[in-house]
Amino acid sequence: MKLAVCIYEGPYNHEASDTAYNFIQAALKRGHEFKGIFFYHDGVYNVTKLMEPPQDDRHIANRWSQLGATGIDIVVCIAAAKRRGIVDDVLVPNVRISGLGQLTMMAIEADRLVVFGD
Amino acid sequence: MSEEKKKIMFTVRKAPHGSIYVYEGLEVKLIMAAYDADISVVFMDDGVFAVKQGQNTKALGIKGFEATYGALVDYEITKVFVDRLSMESRGMTEDDLLVIGEDEDTEEPIKPQVVDSDEIAAMMAEQHNILAF
Repeated sequence: MKLAVCIYEGPYNHEASDTAYNFIQAALKRGHEFKGIFFYHDGVYNVTKLMEPPQDDRHIANRWSQLGATGIDIVVCIAAAKRRGIVDDVLVPNVRISGLGQLTMMAIEADRLVVFGD
Repeated sequence: MSEEKKKIMFTVRKAPHGSIYVYEGLEVKLIMAAYDADISVVFMDDGVFAVKQGQNTKALGIKGFEATYGALVDYEITKVFVDRLSMESRGMTEDDLLVIGEDEDTEEPIKPQVVDSDEIAAMMAEQHNILAF
């Protein structure tokens, strides 16, 4: 199945980002394909390289970056990012900033768009 | 263009103020309406407050977005529904709903259509994708 994921919540404060990541890993193992991952609302905070969690904790931004390195398109909403001070300079590698049109294309092209958040 | 348009539904379930979900969700609707998709919007749960007329956000110090909801038809978003049970259980009636545009020909004001939960369920079952805010 062709899937897309949209994440609404920021890292650590909320489990949405972790759950989405685990869902994606499980779906990839099952052979599903991802048309993209889109960060919206406070979700844009998940991919800033400025985060520095304790070493014995998961590094949420690096985890998304590693997933992006496998070729999955990871997009941060520009409108949501601008509100929150997230710009290209602070992004981890393999992630890009773009518009809601990208989410639209994911919603149209994917068989299922799965949203994680409140 | 011969391919059938993808049906995308937005559900608005949260109160309009107190968090940014509904406002940023509105921005998504306006963008997606510009694409070749069959868009519908359903206000339910506390989301029905988003289409209550006479909102005043001045004291909150935020811009508010009632005016934009009042122009949904201008953005070619015409399939706009309100869950009857959610509306009535919050003490609202159809008279409380804001106008979302006017009919091109008759200039009659257009309001969201109040529907029952089973109608919403039937519409949901037809959707390609549903986005909740």
